[in-house]
Amino acid sequence: MGQEIKKSLDLHGVVCPLNFVKTKLALETLNSGEWLEVILDEGDAMLNVPRSLKEEGHRIVKVTPLGQTYSVIVEKGA
Amino acid sequence: MNLTEEQIERYSRHIILKDVGGAGQEKILQAKVLIIGTGGLGAPAALYLAAAGVGTIGLVDGDTVDLSNLQRQVIHFTADVKRLKVDSAREKIEALNPDVKVVTYPERVHAENIAAIIKDYDFIIDGTDNFPAKFLINDACVLHSKPFSHGGILRFDGQTMTYLPGSACYRCVFNSPPPKGAVPTCSEAGILGAVAGMLGTIQAAEALRYILGKGKLLTNRLLIFNALDMEYRQVNIRQNPECPICGERPIITKLVDYEQPVCDLRSRYHA
Repeated sequence: MGQEIKKSLDLHGVVCPLNFVKTKLALETLNSGEWLEVILDEGDAMLNVPRSLKEEGHRIVKVTPLGQTYSVIVEKGA
Repeated sequence: MNLTEEQIERYSRHIILKDVGGAGQEKILQAKVLIIGTGGLGAPAALYLAAAGVGTIGLVDGDTVDLSNLQRQVIHFTADVKRLKVDSAREKIEALNPDVKVVTYPERVHAENIAAIIKDYDFIIDGTDNFPAKFLINDACVLHSKPFSHGGILRFDGQTMTYLPGSACYRCVFNSPPPKGAVPTCSEAGILGAVAGMLGTIQAAEALRYILGKGKLLTNRLLIFNALDMEYRQVNIRQNPECPICGERPIITKLVDYEQPVCDLRSRYHA
């Protein structure tokens, strides 16, 4: 788990599906295996975005609650 | 090229798709598609390609809008009757999506002008309504190695195939135009408006998938449907070694115009 976070994106207040779209665009700028941190709201965002990311072949490395938001670390898939 | 905030929102339903994403949307924004004929097939194709954000859309049509066109040519409105179709279509495209650059050619394609018109485009959509134009488009695209989508509709029937350099061309299947009068035109036989929409939309999807480099295009197969019974079927086709233009001993080496009876053309806008 010694990998650095390449990019960080605050999506607090960004609704579905735009939060996923922005996460996806940010991941496109990374190489596979690199990490992205996204801040997502609890509720719909947390229900949908990590699931969609997994469906696209990315890996959720770590989820940390931060009050009403969550920090989600995603590893870009192949 | 970087997508603006507005583009991210406008194209979000594309970007969400695994096979499109931001990179695919950028390809679409940089693509150039030529639509020959801004009628039943060209109208829906133009609207969907414009909505998709195709960077440059070329429109070729020398006709003006006729009241009898409006039943299926959904890019033209009642107030557009008597206007040039390319002007009417340009206005709708620009209103729909300012990302699109529209280039208009208010003329009919013929053997002398077609090469110069298709030259700058990545993909060509045949949305014409007559055999001379269909064979001319095929020949020009084969001779200049341009991918294109063939489409034809009549009554409740539609057929379409896509040509990529090296795949079966329209002449591999249909050697030469049918004799004059053997196949009625839409103005004689009629056409269910929605059938034009179905086929033109398939052609738009072919163009987009070609641009994206995703999926399996309609190459080496002819898709045929009948919308009266809503039946679809595919006929596998292959490059014909005897094809007069792309076969082993091509006999067509330059473009020729087939004669289109003047009365056919006239009847459509003076009927």
